[in-house]
Amino acid sequence: MIRFLIKGLLRDPSRSLFPLLVVTLGVALTVLLHGWLGGVMHDFVDTSARFSTGHVRVVTRAYAEQEDQFPNDLALLGVEKLLEELRQKERELDWVARIRFTALVDVPDEQGETKAQGPAVAIAADLLSQHNELSTLNVPRALVRGDVPPRAGWVLLSEELAQRLGLTPGDRLTLIGSSMHGAMAIGNFRLAGTVRFGVGPMDRGALLMDLSDARQLLDMEDGASEVLGLFRNRVYRNAAARAVAQRFNQEYAKDTGEFSPIMMTLGEQQGLGEYLSYVGVFSRIMVVVFVLAMSLVLWNAGLLGALRRHGEVGVRLAIGEDKGHIYRSMLAESLCIGLVGSVLGTLAGLAVVYVLQVKGIDMGRFFRSSSLMFSNVVRARVTPASFYLGFVPGLFSTMLGTALSGIRIYKRETAQLFKEFES
Amino acid sequence: MSAVKNGMLSICNSVLLFLSAPFLVTFAQTPSGDWILARLDENLSSTSRVLVSKMVIRGRREVRTIEAKSWIQGTEKSFTEYLAPPREKGTKMLKIGDRLWMYSPSTDRTIQIAGHMLRQSVMGSDLSYEDMLEDPKLSHLYRAEVTGSEVVDGRDCWVVALVATSEKVAYHSRKMWVDKERMVPLRAELFARGGKLLKRMELRDVRRLQGRWFPMRIWFKDVLKAGEGTEFIVESIEFDLHIPDYLFTKASLTK
Repeated sequence: MIRFLIKGLLRDPSRSLFPLLVVTLGVALTVLLHGWLGGVMHDFVDTSARFSTGHVRVVTRAYAEQEDQFPNDLALLGVEKLLEELRQKERELDWVARIRFTALVDVPDEQGETKAQGPAVAIAADLLSQHNELSTLNVPRALVRGDVPPRAGWVLLSEELAQRLGLTPGDRLTLIGSSMHGAMAIGNFRLAGTVRFGVGPMDRGALLMDLSDARQLLDMEDGASEVLGLFRNRVYRNAAARAVAQRFNQEYAKDTGEFSPIMMTLGEQQGLGEYLSYVGVFSRIMVVVFVLAMSLVLWNAGLLGALRRHGEVGVRLAIGEDKGHIYRSMLAESLCIGLVGSVLGTLAGLAVVYVLQVKGIDMGRFFRSSSLMFSNVVRARVTPASFYLGFVPGLFSTMLGTALSGIRIYKRETAQLFKEFES
Repeated sequence: MSAVKNGMLSICNSVLLFLSAPFLVTFAQTPSGDWILARLDENLSSTSRVLVSKMVIRGRREVRTIEAKSWIQGTEKSFTEYLAPPREKGTKMLKIGDRLWMYSPSTDRTIQIAGHMLRQSVMGSDLSYEDMLEDPKLSHLYRAEVTGSEVVDGRDCWVVALVATSEKVAYHSRKMWVDKERMVPLRAELFARGGKLLKRMELRDVRRLQGRWFPMRIWFKDVLKAGEGTEFIVESIEFDLHIPDYLFTKASLTK
C-alpha cells in the first residue's frame, strides 16, 4: 500500500512537490533557528562561566550585594582552607580562586614619569601553579603578541588596551588600584603578552595576572573576590549545580554574618537564569509558530489538492472505497511527504548550522558597548536535538494540514456523485 | 527755626536710640558668619606647622592605624611621609596648590593623583584626596551665616551654615557648631550640592597651643561608607617653624 502511495506521489509531482517544499523549508528553518539560538546561548553561558560566573560561585554575602563594584574589602578570607574543603567534597567540579578589581595602568617613560594611562579590569587567576587556569580562560588561543606569564610579576593585557597605551611585550607598567583596606595600591609589572578573547567586555580593557601577584598588590593574603566551580567537562548542568549550591549553603546556613560564604549557581547570577528561560521559551514558541504556519500553508495546499483531486476522490467513493480508507490513505501520503520533507529539511538545516558553527558571524559591532559576555563571532551549534527536532513540526504539520482539508471527504454524498460526474 | 528743628530731631533720635538699645545689644551679641569664619581660620591655620599624627581607621572588618609626619606651609604646600604600618612606611605625598603627587617606595614611582582618583580614600580612611587638597581657610571658600545656638559636649556653640562661593569645592555646603568662647568647631556636617549629607566630623580634645585653640582629635565619618569612621589624632604639633623650600619639590619625594 505504501509503495502504491509513493508511486502515486512520484508520478504526480503536483500532488507532492509543493507540500514537500513547504515542509523542507519549514523544517530547515526550525533546525537552523534552534541551532543558532542554541549556539548563541551555549557560547554566552560558556564564556560567562569561564570568565565571570563559573558554573557555581562562592562569595561573601556582603560582596554579593555590591559585586558590580568589585568590593574587595568584602572579599573572602581563609580561601585556601575553603578550596581544600570544596575540592574534597565536590569532586565533580574544578575549584579555583579569583580576584577581580579595577586598576589604572600607568606606563612610565625613561625618567619614571607617566607617559600614558588607561583603566583596566583585572582578573587575577591561578596562572602559574598546578591549578593552572590558562586553558579555562582560553589564553593560549587568545594570545596575539608575546607569551603567557612565565613567572610572578608578569601580566597579560588586552591587545586593544596595549595598543592604546603603546605597550609591547617586555615593557614595564605600573598598576594603581585600591587595596583590600581601601588604601591606594601600587605595583610594578612587566607585560608578558597581549590577548584578544573575541569577547567585547574582555577585549575593551582586560588585564590578566597571577593570583599571588594580586594578593600581594591588594594586601589580600589568603583572600579572593570569589571561588569558582566549573564542571570538569565544562558543560553546565543546572540541576547538578543547584544540588552542589544547596549542599554548600545548607552547611553554612547557621553562619549568617555578612562575611560568611554563599554559593550561587550560574543561573542565579547576572540574570543568566532569566536569559536561559527566555531563550528556552522563545525556542518553544518559535517551533509552535512554525508548526502552525506550516499547518496553515499545508492545510491550504491540502484544500487546493482536494479541489484538484475532487474527481479522483469521487471516483474512488463511487467504486465503493470506504471514506475512512480514502482519508487514511491521504494521511499516509502526508506521512510520506512529511518524512521525506523532514529528512531533506533536517539535512539542509544541519548543513547551514554546521557552516555557521565553523565560520560564525562577526557581530562585534552590536556588542561593542555591551557588558554581557557575548563573543563577537556568534556561532550556531549542531546538537543531538538538531537531528530530530525538525521531525516533530515536519510530520505534525503535514498530517494536520491533510487532516483538516481531508474532512471534506466525509461531506461527500454518494447520491450526489453521479450528478457531479454528469456536470 | 532750624536750630529748634535740629533740637527736636536730636531728642527724637535720643528717644529712639534709648528705646531700641536692648535690641541693638542683642543683635551685637550674635556675630556675623564671616566674622566667625575669620576667627576659625586664625585658630586652625598657620604660616607653617609640623605635626606627627595617627589615623585610626575603623573599617567594616578591622581597625588599622596609620602613622604619619606632615610639614605644612600656609594653605598651598604640604608634604607627608607615612611611618607605619610597614606596608605603608616610606610612602610620601606632596601637595602643591591643587596638585597632588604620591611616591611609592615599593615601585619607586611618583604618581600624580588627579581626576577621579582624587575621590579615592586616603589609605582606606574616611578622608579623600580631595579633602587633602581643599584650601584649609574656610573664609576663602564659603559664605557663612549664623542660624542659631546649641550646646555640644556641654559647650555653648553657634550653629553656622556655610555655602560655597565657587564651584571648585568638594562640599557645596556645611553646617558647623562653633564653640562660642574658643572659636573652634566641635561638630560639622558636610553636604553635596543636592543637600545630601556626605560626611560628619566631630572635633575633640581642644587644647591651647601657642596662643590658639586647636583640636587634637578629629573624628571623620563618610556616611556613604561602611565602618565606624576614622579618628585623626594629633600626637604632636608645632606652629610657625621654618620649613626648607626643597621639601616641597618632587625631588624630595624620592629621597
